[in-house]
Amino acid sequence: MKEKRRNLVLSGLEPLIITPESVFVNVGERTNVTGSRKFLRLIKEEKYEEALDIARQQVEGGAQIVDINMDEGMLDGVYAMTKFLNLIAAEPDISRVPLMIDSSKWEIIEAGLKVVQGKCVVNSISLKEGEEAFIHHAQLIKRYGAAAIIMAFDEVGQADNYDRRVEICQRSYDILVNKVGFPPQDIIFDLNIFPVATGMEEHRLNALDFFRGTKWVREHLPHAHISGGVSNVSFSFRGNDVVREAMHSVFLYHAIQNGMTMGIVNPEMLTIYDDIPKDLLEYVEDVILDRRDDATERLLDFAESVKGEGKTNEKAVQEWRSGTFQERITHALVKGIDEFIEVDVEEARLAATKPIEVIEINLMTGMNVVGDLFGSGKMFLPQVVKSARVMKKAVAYLLPFIEASKQAGDKSGNGKILMATVKGDVHDIGKNIVSVVLACNNYEIVDLGVMVPPEKIVAAAIEHNVDIIGLSGLITPSLDEMVYLAKELDKRDITIPVMIGGATTSRAHTAVKIAPQYKSTVIHVNDASRAVTVAGNLLDHNRKIYASDIRAEYDAFRETFLNRSRDKNFLTIEQARKNKLQLDWRHFEPVKPKVIGEQIIEVDLDVLVPYIDWTPFFRTWELFGKYPAILTDDVVGEQATSVFKDAQAMLEVILKEKKLQAKGIYGIFPANQINDDDIELTDENGKPLQTFLTLRQQSQKTKGAPNIALADFIAPKDSGKVDYMGAFCVTTGFGVDEWAAEFEKDLDDYNSIMVKALADRFAEAFAEYLHEKIRKEIWGYASDEVLSKEALIDEDYKGIRPAPGYPACPDHLEKPTIWKLLNVEKEIGVTLTESMAMWPASSVSGYYFGNPDSRYFGLGKIKEDQVIDYAKRRNVPTDYAMKWLNPNIAD
Amino acid sequence: MSKIQEEIKKRILVLDGAMGTMLQRYNFSEEDFRGERFKDFPHPLKGNNDLLSITQPKAIKEVHAAYFEAGADIVETNTFSGTTIGMADYYLEDLVYELNYESAKIAREVADEFTAKNPNQPRFVAGSIGPTNRTASMSPDVNDPGYRAVTFDDLRIAYKQQVEALMDGGCDLLLVETIFDTLNAKAALFAIEEVKEERNLDIPIMVSGTITDASGRTLSGQTVEAFLISVSHIPLLSVGFNCALGADLLKPYLQTLSHNTSFNVSAHPNAGLPNAFGEYDETPEEMQAQIKSYLDDNLINIIGGCCGTTPDHIRLIADIAKDYKPRVSTAVL
Repeated sequence: MKEKRRNLVLSGLEPLIITPESVFVNVGERTNVTGSRKFLRLIKEEKYEEALDIARQQVEGGAQIVDINMDEGMLDGVYAMTKFLNLIAAEPDISRVPLMIDSSKWEIIEAGLKVVQGKCVVNSISLKEGEEAFIHHAQLIKRYGAAAIIMAFDEVGQADNYDRRVEICQRSYDILVNKVGFPPQDIIFDLNIFPVATGMEEHRLNALDFFRGTKWVREHLPHAHISGGVSNVSFSFRGNDVVREAMHSVFLYHAIQNGMTMGIVNPEMLTIYDDIPKDLLEYVEDVILDRRDDATERLLDFAESVKGEGKTNEKAVQEWRSGTFQERITHALVKGIDEFIEVDVEEARLAATKPIEVIEINLMTGMNVVGDLFGSGKMFLPQVVKSARVMKKAVAYLLPFIEASKQAGDKSGNGKILMATVKGDVHDIGKNIVSVVLACNNYEIVDLGVMVPPEKIVAAAIEHNVDIIGLSGLITPSLDEMVYLAKELDKRDITIPVMIGGATTSRAHTAVKIAPQYKSTVIHVNDASRAVTVAGNLLDHNRKIYASDIRAEYDAFRETFLNRSRDKNFLTIEQARKNKLQLDWRHFEPVKPKVIGEQIIEVDLDVLVPYIDWTPFFRTWELFGKYPAILTDDVVGEQATSVFKDAQAMLEVILKEKKLQAKGIYGIFPANQINDDDIELTDENGKPLQTFLTLRQQSQKTKGAPNIALADFIAPKDSGKVDYMGAFCVTTGFGVDEWAAEFEKDLDDYNSIMVKALADRFAEAFAEYLHEKIRKEIWGYASDEVLSKEALIDEDYKGIRPAPGYPACPDHLEKPTIWKLLNVEKEIGVTLTESMAMWPASSVSGYYFGNPDSRYFGLGKIKEDQVIDYAKRRNVPTDYAMKWLNPNIAD
Repeated sequence: MSKIQEEIKKRILVLDGAMGTMLQRYNFSEEDFRGERFKDFPHPLKGNNDLLSITQPKAIKEVHAAYFEAGADIVETNTFSGTTIGMADYYLEDLVYELNYESAKIAREVADEFTAKNPNQPRFVAGSIGPTNRTASMSPDVNDPGYRAVTFDDLRIAYKQQVEALMDGGCDLLLVETIFDTLNAKAALFAIEEVKEERNLDIPIMVSGTITDASGRTLSGQTVEAFLISVSHIPLLSVGFNCALGADLLKPYLQTLSHNTSFNVSAHPNAGLPNAFGEYDETPEEMQAQIKSYLDDNLINIIGGCCGTTPDHIRLIADIAKDYKPRVSTAVL
């Protein structure tokens, strides 16, 4: 019988288990003073807080192990290693992963081993200084409880060919396993990755020998693993990122095939294997696999032609490059090509009398063309965002010149607009889109970000002397924040016009709730393209007329709206309860879930891809239509296809580099309806855990139709039957903000929005996936269910998963109950803001109802008597309940 | 193979219950704690339970005997705080060697008496090694997260002294217990390995962590699996959990542990959670019922009690444990 496989297991606060079947484990390499100038500077200046941020970003970016190196002549390595690792220990979001203590000095390694509670990896030891030192260090590493990277290095030197690799690895392994008793699964060989295509004959086999050595180790040295620093292989192509990225990908592709399980890789210096253009791929593989004698020359020649592009396909110099610089600038802006913009802008700058003119004349000429095309529907949002990226790059290039010529300060442009997502809300895709579109139209944007408290908005509006305030929000409590903010502005006699936008905002809410609180103009803007027109009108010389028009329009709207709602008839809550949905509990047999109680779930993103509903993705980009028909739509098809293609490319990066992580928690519990409207959840012994409060429809129904509450779908306690219900929270949002921020730093809003939009889709897909698993396996009440993807999206299944904050249960205060029930924050880290928005934003939570008669419905408006009753049940002051249920209370 | 390693294959071994709970019944005064030897000692000594091995050895002996009488296979020495770090609070750092040596000797004597009476049930002495009152991977100062009140080397040196004295005093095995910071435990294990190497002898080691609350993590933040991985580099007789929780609340974590380790599994939970007065009031019968569910699920190789447990608890636990076969590992990690 084959010997039982032994896994390499490591730990931080959480375990990391590496099996032979594990996909490649990537080691974060930016907390290395020899590899990162920035990190070195931070450590030298003792800016440990910022240095920790670098470690954190790596973990959030998907590094499964973090390598830490303090080997620098001017540093006290023992002190720096100890200090930094001690600080990491105080940061659970970093210390959850295992660490790699990286040093060529034993005393630094040992200092690290003395401060880490988890099982880490030592990087590295070798036979370089002889057997005695090697054995001594290995014994100590074993005693400290760490795995070790063993360099293929001995007294003679570094292994630089296949035979030497085999010789040194065999010898090291025998010593470690037989003399030291080192666990073989804790041995990780670094077989030395050397550059290829150096022009030297003896380097031709460098990559191949590494692959062969890797294969040999995996076949002959049981349980041992292989690692390496990948970027070395492309050393001779420094400065040519296109070629380097391709080389890294090709190298990794083959190394992994041969059994490499772990490696130090800079994810930014990696392209997608399948994305490498065929010709480049062929040249690179010729070199890596040593397939031709002239492989190096051919790659060098080819490299000249792709120099400096980086992650973009080779493009021949196009015809448009022969136009005037104005034509070229306009073309670049319209087409969103940033490749030559600096060259063209420089040409324009030399021709201009003042640098600012390049913005005012040349770039604006181009942006006006963009604006016209967009306004007439000939350009679509994704293109405009790309145009904005080019614009930002051009402006960034010009700024130093403008500063230098002291011309800054004379305010140009159409006006200044403050943008903010209000307090308690973390959603900013829509806000960012509007900001970009406005910026393209020459508005200066003061973006305060998300979760902005009202005081800060007021202060910033005054400080920056803005012309318009733009408020955004996606969740319903944000509506109240906006009302509150309007009151605050009014109190301070501020008269800056306010634009309201975001998914839950509406003309109705703006007219009925916000406008009466503010003497100056408030206007609801429902899409980005209209924002430009509205902003223009608000600041136009006819603005007074426009403002009074808006005011009149909203007043009239409010009048009719209020009259209409007054006509509606409501039942008292007692009457509504008498008319509740009566299911036949006598003949109802609840299905007992296979698993009771909460469980954490983590899934690979690949699994979720088929569950993605793409239609809302296009809606994010303001492209309307159903997927996949939208791709061939006469009007938006071309654009939709283009965004979709970019989305697929990013999707691939997400999957390959594990940029996002799908984490969730769910639980199904025994439950019974109590007091008509509440659902009591218990453990298996009947001990109460939490109680969900549901709200009941109160509007007068047509004869025979019930006044429903979610509680109606659960068997009442007096039925004598134990029913069940569940709850869940899933997220794919960790790391999204940081990744988006990286794009934003490069002035790349397009990809920043893309990341967030995709993360949102993944979160929804995860919720859909988990619900299916619940129905078919975990609860198992629909184990025979077979549905097409379309049927899934159309919610054509038994049972529902309503979410607090949505029509069936608009009460956001139910979220903390779910959080308590499942211990969501502690288990998966998703938190609730003061407005009960989930953070990270790409998260979904809700309940599970399995009753075949359960269905989605809208609560509609409720009356004060129910609110008072609800406040008692929740044991909160009535005012507090009023505040939270406000959007649903009938006037 | 040592005797205990043979015995643990045959049956579920029973560990004793709380020492502190039993000593409380004696109501020792400051004078009792001091005895003749420390009557003029300049600092108060009441509360230093480890010191009673020197000043009230009869009481310690009685407690050990009561547990053996109840059916325990293993008793723990009265040395939970017996390091220079723990004794610093009483200015008794110099007494550490003697304290551990005498404690081990007392337990050894009682164990040998019981073994002689019934050679079919050999009794064992486990040298108790507590966590100390300092943490090596957490800062006591919230404003200075990089600060440490104790280092790995401080702990390693202190533990080494304790281990040497416990072994000299005649312990059969060592129990590194109530681990709330894994780094402290790793220092203890490192020290034990050093002593083993220097003396060229082996001694079985039990490791027992503490899950502090419903988060399912140690105080230093590790999950059960991460804790297990972090202490598995040393060959252990057993790994398990003790203290902080009652048997019922501890069970899910024991399940995870049992599922993942190829070492034997131990548990010595508290007698429930303390009531409003800090007393443990779970009855022996209640605790027995919960331990039965461990046994039904085949989770256990060594079972005993921590805070609040008494010989009555251990008697009922031993009673039921003898009807079950020891756990057989099917570890996955």
